[in-house]
Amino acid sequence: MQRIGVFVCHCGTNIAATVDVEAVAEAAKSVPGVVFSADYPYMCSESGQDLVKESVQKYNLTNVVICSCSPRMHEKTFRKAVESIGMNPYMLEIANIREQCSWVHKDKEEGTEKAIMLMKAACAKATLNTPLTPGMLPVTKRALVIGGGIAGMQAALDIAEAGYEVDIVEQKPTIGGKMAQLDKTFPTLDCSSCIVTPKMVDVGQNDKIRILSYSDVEEVKGYIGNFDVKIKRKARYVDEDKCTGCGLCTEKCPMKKVPNEWNLELDTRSCVYIPFAQAVPKVATIDPRYCLKLNKGTCGICSKVCGVGAINYEAKDEIIEEKYGAIVAATGFEIADISRYDEYAYGQSPDVVTSLEYERLMSAAGPFGGHLLRPSDHKEPKKIVFVQCVGSREEESCKGGKEYCSKVCCMYTAKHAILTKDHYPDTDIYVFYIDVRTPGKLFDEFYRRAVEQYGVHYIKGAVGKVTPHKETGKLEVQGYDMILNEQMHIDADMVVLAAAVEPSHTARRMATMLTAPMDNNDFFTEAHAKLRPVESATAGVFLAGMCQGPKDIPETVSQASAAAAKVIGVLAKDQLVGNPCIAHPDELMCNGCSQCAGVCPYGAITYVEKEFRMPNRTTKMRRVAQVNEAVCQGCGACTVTCPSGAMDLRGFSNNEIMAEVDALCL
Amino acid sequence: MSVKENTEFQPTIVAFCCNWCSYSGADLAGTNRLSYPTNVKIIRVPCSCRINPMFVLRAFQRGADGVILCGCHPGDCHYMEGNYHTRRRMTLLFSMLNYLGIESARTRVEWVSAAEGQRFVDVMDDFTAKITELGPNRRLEDLRCKKN
Ligand SMILES: Cc1cc2nc3c(=O)[nH]c(=O)nc-3n(C[C@H](O)[C@H](O)[C@H](O)COP(=O)(O)OP(=O)(O)OC[C@H]3O[C@@H](n4cnc5c(N)ncnc54)[C@H](O)[C@@H]3O)c2cc1C
Ligand code: SF4
Ligand code: SF4
Repeated sequence: MQRIGVFVCHCGTNIAATVDVEAVAEAAKSVPGVVFSADYPYMCSESGQDLVKESVQKYNLTNVVICSCSPRMHEKTFRKAVESIGMNPYMLEIANIREQCSWVHKDKEEGTEKAIMLMKAACAKATLNTPLTPGMLPVTKRALVIGGGIAGMQAALDIAEAGYEVDIVEQKPTIGGKMAQLDKTFPTLDCSSCIVTPKMVDVGQNDKIRILSYSDVEEVKGYIGNFDVKIKRKARYVDEDKCTGCGLCTEKCPMKKVPNEWNLELDTRSCVYIPFAQAVPKVATIDPRYCLKLNKGTCGICSKVCGVGAINYEAKDEIIEEKYGAIVAATGFEIADISRYDEYAYGQSPDVVTSLEYERLMSAAGPFGGHLLRPSDHKEPKKIVFVQCVGSREEESCKGGKEYCSKVCCMYTAKHAILTKDHYPDTDIYVFYIDVRTPGKLFDEFYRRAVEQYGVHYIKGAVGKVTPHKETGKLEVQGYDMILNEQMHIDADMVVLAAAVEPSHTARRMATMLTAPMDNNDFFTEAHAKLRPVESATAGVFLAGMCQGPKDIPETVSQASAAAAKVIGVLAKDQLVGNPCIAHPDELMCNGCSQCAGVCPYGAITYVEKEFRMPNRTTKMRRVAQVNEAVCQGCGACTVTCPSGAMDLRGFSNNEIMAEVDALCL
Repeated sequence: MSVKENTEFQPTIVAFCCNWCSYSGADLAGTNRLSYPTNVKIIRVPCSCRINPMFVLRAFQRGADGVILCGCHPGDCHYMEGNYHTRRRMTLLFSMLNYLGIESARTRVEWVSAAEGQRFVDVMDDFTAKITELGPNRRLEDLRCKKN
């Protein structure tokens, strides 16, 4: 006979505010099989776990039901707790009365009623629990990093440092990410290229790291320790191994009018191109959208000039398949589309730019070689207006604004103001802001320097309209000063918009492939907002950099190193404990029909001839199904297919599920 | 939102959710403090393909008014192709229910990913409203196992 203990968690007020936890514990007392029940403020705390352990011993419990947060949060915690006192961890069930009850319902009476039903269902299932023992899984001691920005590079370097092989998949022709596009970095104003390009070289030269640039992750299958990943190596039309990066082809290519994405299309590049001088890998790529040879069959100049014969117009996309033990998502960010904010005249005047474009305008490797010139007439701007929070901190609006704060804009705008004043002290600079947010080491000092030392005009308020005047070439900025409560008119030469950051547009596709959760803004969600900030809820997938939320470079780097430490933790193990919730046939019922093998996506099922005892002391050889425990992933496809009902799934058996159904319906 | 205030009839709704996508989607609805009717009670299964049509019939027999199956979007199944099995099996079940003269609208398959807390809520709101409209399930309910 089962002896079940039910433990109801208050989770502070997270559960207790909408569920009468005492009533749930009380109701448990009349559930068949339950011999003990209790409620406690924090079940997952050490004292909460102790309560569970002591009760198991004191009341001789055979099963434990915890009514708490989602099993995705703490199932492991509690299983470990009961295991430590010798109970089989699979004799424990969780009733999810937080995420799927107290947090989604407002009415306490209804919430309590539902929580009681969920508790009863968990007890019904627990009654049928059987002890399970997991097998061990091997670990592929290699890691995959998706995204080669500063986050991905740092993670890869740290993992390689520990001695493991790493592949970086980067969609662009070069690694480096946004940091390589920045001019200088706050708050120290060191040149971004000077710190990021040596990192890129380190990555390129590290013999444990392989860079798969100009590539996409196409498919991710498997699980922690054993991911099978398909990677598409997009056709570059240039042999990476042969190309020396001399750049002769890029000089001779006649197709020179291709918008240059590296300079955010502020200038143009050739069709065969190396994104920038310090690109890693430093190899050329042909842009198939513009190539005359690929599109019209003419030209072919690059192949003629290339001294090493690296050009190959016949190249095709190639799919490679790799195995990894752990994956780091470091897909970074993009600048949000602000074309719908017509009031700022972005798109109407080339002199209205985003801050990232301003970085390129200032950069020595940028379109104007580091001379700050405005794009329309290449004259030095004398009056510049910066507008903060464009598209950030917006209520959800038709313009596609973001509710969150993009976090880095206040600081980089102060940086832009200081750098501009440093080079062109007679420039007049106005910054319109809602709040200036400078939490960070040396951040507020930096901002105050902009105001006090450089005399940048910070105006708390907003810009209502920017009107480009063709005749004068000026941008008329109409703003509002909230502190003086007056309208302002500024005739500016340039307007710089601190546009919101948003996750990479590939992030959702990646998250889906990785079965990793995301938030409503498409940032990856961490397994726990405070305690597991670099892990995804999906085991073996870790997060680094802007793909998890807005952050600056130091924060990105720390997160990347933390994610690397977690990856190393996985790869350092020789074996991981497997999942015991797998399929098994009842051999007496199985008639060897072979249907189950047909649906198993992992090929886990084979058939063997076995001897069975028959009446009158005779025996008979019969074919029966056999499940490979290391290969079965426990999806259960076979269990439903089996016509004789022989196949069942441990941990989610037919009887257990039906017991839950009964408990919820009756 | 609860249907309780406006109507007498409180449908019993069982939602089978796959562990990887839909169950996490339901969790996300909670984490984002969204809200759906309390009528919906979730049963966790590893994959939507673990849901035997027999479980659905069992639920109806025991008095459920609606049964919904949620899995990962086609192509995104954690186990590669489990949800395709679900789709085929359930299509068969739907036609069987129709044949028996039972509204097949009482059960449905929906794809909800781990990132779609809002979609989970929308699906559950819609399903609960439809089932409330259909009224209590009497045809399949086994009166021998009637509530009290
Ligand atoms: C205008 C501006 C100025 C800034 N100035 C500063 C500053 O002065 N100091 C500071 O500390 N921070 C600054 N920042 C913030 C800084 O840029 C970020 O913190 C940092 O770049 C984040 O790095 P990351 O690697 O997470 O993302 P990214 O730099 O965006 O790198 C992501 C990489 O992943 C690749 N990728 C994306 N999706 C995929 C995919 N599916 N498959 C393969 N590859 C993929 C991308 O191509 C990219 O190379 C600034 C930001 C902006 C916008
Ligand atoms: S449960 Fe899934 S993985 Fe395991 S044997 Fe059955 S079909 Fe294959
Ligand atoms: S489907 Fe069932 S009866 Fe047929 S071989 Fe598999 S376990 Fe045996």
